[in-house]
Amino acid sequence: MELMDKYLISWIVFLPLLGAGIILLLDGTRPRAIRTVALFAMIASFLVSIQLFLRFDSQLSTYQFVQRVDWIPAFKITYQVGVDGISLLLVMLTTLLGPLVILSSWSQVSDRVKEYHVFMLLMQTGMLGAFAAMDLFLFYVFWELMLIPMYFLIGVWGGPRRIYAAIKFFLFTMFGSVLMLIAIIYLYFYAGNDFDLIVIMNKLMAEPLRVNIQLWLFAAFALAFAIKVPMFPFHTWLPDAHVEAPTAGSVILAGVLLKMGTYGFIRFAMPFFPEAAFQAVPIISVLALIGIIYGALVSMVQDDVKKMVAYSSVSHLGFVMLGLFALTPQAVSGALIQMVNHGLSTGALFLLVGIIYERRHTRLISEFGGVSKPMPLFAAFFLIVCLSSIGLPGLNGFIGEFLILLGTYTSANPHAKLYAVLAATGVIFAAVYLLWMFQRVMFGPCSKPENQKLKDVNAREILYLAVLLVFIVWIGVYPRTFLSKTQVSVDNFVSFMHSHRLPELPPPAPAETGEEQP
Amino acid sequence: MEPAAAQALHAVNWLVWIPVLPLIGFLFNGLGWIILRQRLTRSVVNLVAVGLVFASFALSVQGFLLLRELPEGAFLGQTVFPWIQVGDFTANFGLLFDRLSCVMCLVVTGVGGLIHLYSVGYMGHDPAYARYFSYLNLFTFAMLTLVMADNLVLMFVGWEGVGLCSYLLIGFWYEDPEKAAAGKKAFIVNRIGDFGFLIGIFTIVWLMQTVDFHQMQAWTASPGHRFLLEHQTLLGIAVPTFICLALFVGAIGKSAQIPLYVWLPDAMAGPTPVSALIHAATMVTAGVYMIGRLNFLYLFSETALLVVALVGVATALYSATIGFTQNDIKKVLAYSTVSQLGFMFTAMGAAAFSAGIFHLVTHAFFKALLFLGAGSVIHGLSGEQDLRRMGGLRKKMPITAWTMVMAWLAICGVFPFAGFVSKDEILWRALNGPFGYGKLIYIIGFLAAVGTAIYMTRLIMLAFFTESRLDPEVEHHAHESPWTMWVPLAILAVLSVVGGFLNWPLILPGGHAAFEHWLEPVMALPPEAEMTTLGVESTHSMEIFLMVFSVAAAVAAIIMVGVIYARRRELTDRIAAALGPLYRASFNKYWVDEIYDALVVEPCKWISYFILFRFADAGLVDGLANGLGGLTRALGMGLRRIQTGLVRNYAFMFLIGVLGILAYFYWSR
Repeated sequence: MELMDKYLISWIVFLPLLGAGIILLLDGTRPRAIRTVALFAMIASFLVSIQLFLRFDSQLSTYQFVQRVDWIPAFKITYQVGVDGISLLLVMLTTLLGPLVILSSWSQVSDRVKEYHVFMLLMQTGMLGAFAAMDLFLFYVFWELMLIPMYFLIGVWGGPRRIYAAIKFFLFTMFGSVLMLIAIIYLYFYAGNDFDLIVIMNKLMAEPLRVNIQLWLFAAFALAFAIKVPMFPFHTWLPDAHVEAPTAGSVILAGVLLKMGTYGFIRFAMPFFPEAAFQAVPIISVLALIGIIYGALVSMVQDDVKKMVAYSSVSHLGFVMLGLFALTPQAVSGALIQMVNHGLSTGALFLLVGIIYERRHTRLISEFGGVSKPMPLFAAFFLIVCLSSIGLPGLNGFIGEFLILLGTYTSANPHAKLYAVLAATGVIFAAVYLLWMFQRVMFGPCSKPENQKLKDVNAREILYLAVLLVFIVWIGVYPRTFLSKTQVSVDNFVSFMHSHRLPELPPPAPAETGEEQP
Repeated sequence: MEPAAAQALHAVNWLVWIPVLPLIGFLFNGLGWIILRQRLTRSVVNLVAVGLVFASFALSVQGFLLLRELPEGAFLGQTVFPWIQVGDFTANFGLLFDRLSCVMCLVVTGVGGLIHLYSVGYMGHDPAYARYFSYLNLFTFAMLTLVMADNLVLMFVGWEGVGLCSYLLIGFWYEDPEKAAAGKKAFIVNRIGDFGFLIGIFTIVWLMQTVDFHQMQAWTASPGHRFLLEHQTLLGIAVPTFICLALFVGAIGKSAQIPLYVWLPDAMAGPTPVSALIHAATMVTAGVYMIGRLNFLYLFSETALLVVALVGVATALYSATIGFTQNDIKKVLAYSTVSQLGFMFTAMGAAAFSAGIFHLVTHAFFKALLFLGAGSVIHGLSGEQDLRRMGGLRKKMPITAWTMVMAWLAICGVFPFAGFVSKDEILWRALNGPFGYGKLIYIIGFLAAVGTAIYMTRLIMLAFFTESRLDPEVEHHAHESPWTMWVPLAILAVLSVVGGFLNWPLILPGGHAAFEHWLEPVMALPPEAEMTTLGVESTHSMEIFLMVFSVAAAVAAIIMVGVIYARRRELTDRIAAALGPLYRASFNKYWVDEIYDALVVEPCKWISYFILFRFADAGLVDGLANGLGGLTRALGMGLRRIQTGLVRNYAFMFLIGVLGILAYFYWSR
């Protein structure tokens, strides 16, 4: 068991990669075998992650299950992974969605099945690695590793404008990544040639950077992450990528990849540069607010269901960003839970859209109407997921939004109350765009003959939707299971941020040394 | 306060079953409907759905009996499980059964149970029978959670939960686009109110660090906090006023007051028993209950109470005037509900909390009866809802007609029916309200009461007493409803007649004001309440005089309208013509829906599409991104020209480079 503990995270991260390796050895003409291997690799990773969740000590704020191996000793680059209360839930979300997306593409993808599944598994490893990495170099490697499979997933298996969307996705993300890389290299030298997250943190705590340097470095990190989130005005790659991506790609993109941005803020950008983070509160909050309201209003007028869901992500992630920068325990906990919620709800929405797209080969709202009649079970799933996204109490979305808004309202940041009040209007708009869409797609007379013949969800679809539904209800009714795991880490993060603001006049001496090294 | 509250708490472990029993019914019938569809036998659906609500009723009665034996101020409580705990913020799934919750539970499960029973007959032919009952049970669960929650956040769960059920049931026949749209409208308008409710909750947490009702009350009772409440401001508004008004926005949405009442008339698209249960007897009264629950907070803000009273009384009169001219029997009742809710808020605003809650109870009796009676008519006439095509129904449907007559007399405030007692108390308390404007509120309220008598008499006359204007085909099939439908009518009729005796006014012979005494431990007294004891004699004779006066006015209105409709029908057209624009304004509901559409809905869509999506998103932001891409491309194209492949050119550039570096070193020395 001792041995198991040590390698627990590595198992989770690399089981999908192992699956990809096996698939490479398989005969490409046997899609069923390929799908099965992919599914089992994902399930295995998920099962191991349940071990992680159960054995995670919620009383500790430090990293747990840490594994450290020298990788490139010459540059002090290590393979070092671990989870704390902040990354735990995101790892769980990723491993949960993994098997579901394989199931969802079971009959949707029939072209280049082998390559498709290799990319899916590769991306899974990239995402899990990025969440678990405790070494900045390792993080960057995983961060870039995610980019390539997604580029191909959109570009090869995507819709008609897939090339444009894939390149746009790649360029936007790449642009941010390069700036982040520069900032990472700066920190490497500042910490005495070390990429180790803990070494860098200790150095930054002992000798905080001067304000203007903090601001520059924060900006470099923040831009990379803001593009990924995406925050207004860096969001325009998202609707294109979502509309063109295959269903599974959209689920992973919305469910996990976007969280990489918000995770980046709470893991790196904010604790590395607390003073800069506090100074950025007004800018980030205002951009988050614009995202919330603007995203919702633009969602409202979309005629394509998938594009509507894509824009709604801009709105929902605005809530997460607002919560993170409110810097109160409630708001940050809410933001973490909301990251998971968005993965579940928006993931489920994309799966549902995929289900009707597979049957009708269109996503235009005007092509539907009265679908509840031929697909009653689908209607039930769809409604519950929409309600979860709207933030109906009793389902998951409410817990996140409520905590974020409450935590923002009670925050000591200037104008925090105003931010919370404006953000709360997003709660109204969410009901408008989702219920209006639902009404036009699912209600009314089922007049089109091609809609009347639609088949209701089959057993496989029921399975993956039901799994998501369980968590949607679970988080809504008994969030303690999850909140209790994050609580100590969140409290620690919040008090760390507040106690590491710079005094009014920064001490000049120590900050100078680090600056000259590069 | 804190130790006293702990002493008064009487922990029981069966409280949770009151809301959970209907929840089980929802899960059973809901899953049954999904898996078995129409194969799920109706008798099983009935037994589970109706039986479980009556079981909840039985438990509520048990709670009532237990409360009666406990000392005043004691309450039952159960913390089911810890729900949200983050940092210093806690909201439990905790239930509270005090005297106020008890009244609400009895109404919800009692009247609700009768409506469930009635639905067995009314919905008997609907293919989605199990789906209907699962929604109805889910509603009961949510409503019970709302009234039994021991904290604001759990109350909000019920608050939005009932809104969801309202959405589902209004749009129950979703294939009709109008019905589906009505459901959506209800949800969205309610959400606008819920926005205010949320802000209220946040401000309370910010101020008091708690959402638990008893802890809130204890907080406000401490002298230091009292000082804070009286002096702290938020955005230039006194904090208690800010909180109470924010919460009241939620009440305006849920309880359909001006300006957010517009969803309720449309909500009549739902099956009629739903209108009776959700849109008359229970859900729409949630706002009134909320103010009753937080009465100790509202007493800190005279301004908020005054706003509540004025909005209430204005709504009462305003919607009564729309009721005059509507031809759809359910629409008349819908505007009547809006108006009656206005009376309840008038009472709350006058700090006569018990009077407001009592009107809530009697209204639940007679308005549920009116809706169920209307449903019985619609059922008997194969779906006819237009009053112009009814008439003379008392012969075809005697039980429906005579029970409706009881409800009619009750709502008009005729002595000694239930509505008389509760409405008269409200008007009297409003006149003597502690915060001024008493006379104004009284006069408006009085006019609204007379208006009530007018539109209700019109409805009763047109449906039951005038000559038959039925379609011959419909008339042939017209029939009295089955027992499952008329038994609830009969029970509610009895309650509409005798309900007033629950709170028989002290000044009348045999008066005991039992209901008010029952609620006394929960309802704080308004600060100037003692003042009214001055000059007992004169106030008594005044009260008696006003009582007689208002009954006389109601009876006069009834007789006048009755005579017009019975003998001189042509007069109605002449009155309508004489009033001209006023008539048209009332008939068209003051064009409020159209105004909202033109001022809010359409501009919002237009801005979102053209300004935000087309211009800002696709044009500006994406244009910039694509433009940058294009620029890079152009730059690349330009730079490509340098790569000529001619050694001459490269050598030349090399030379320039060397010269440049030398120059740099020379001048930067």
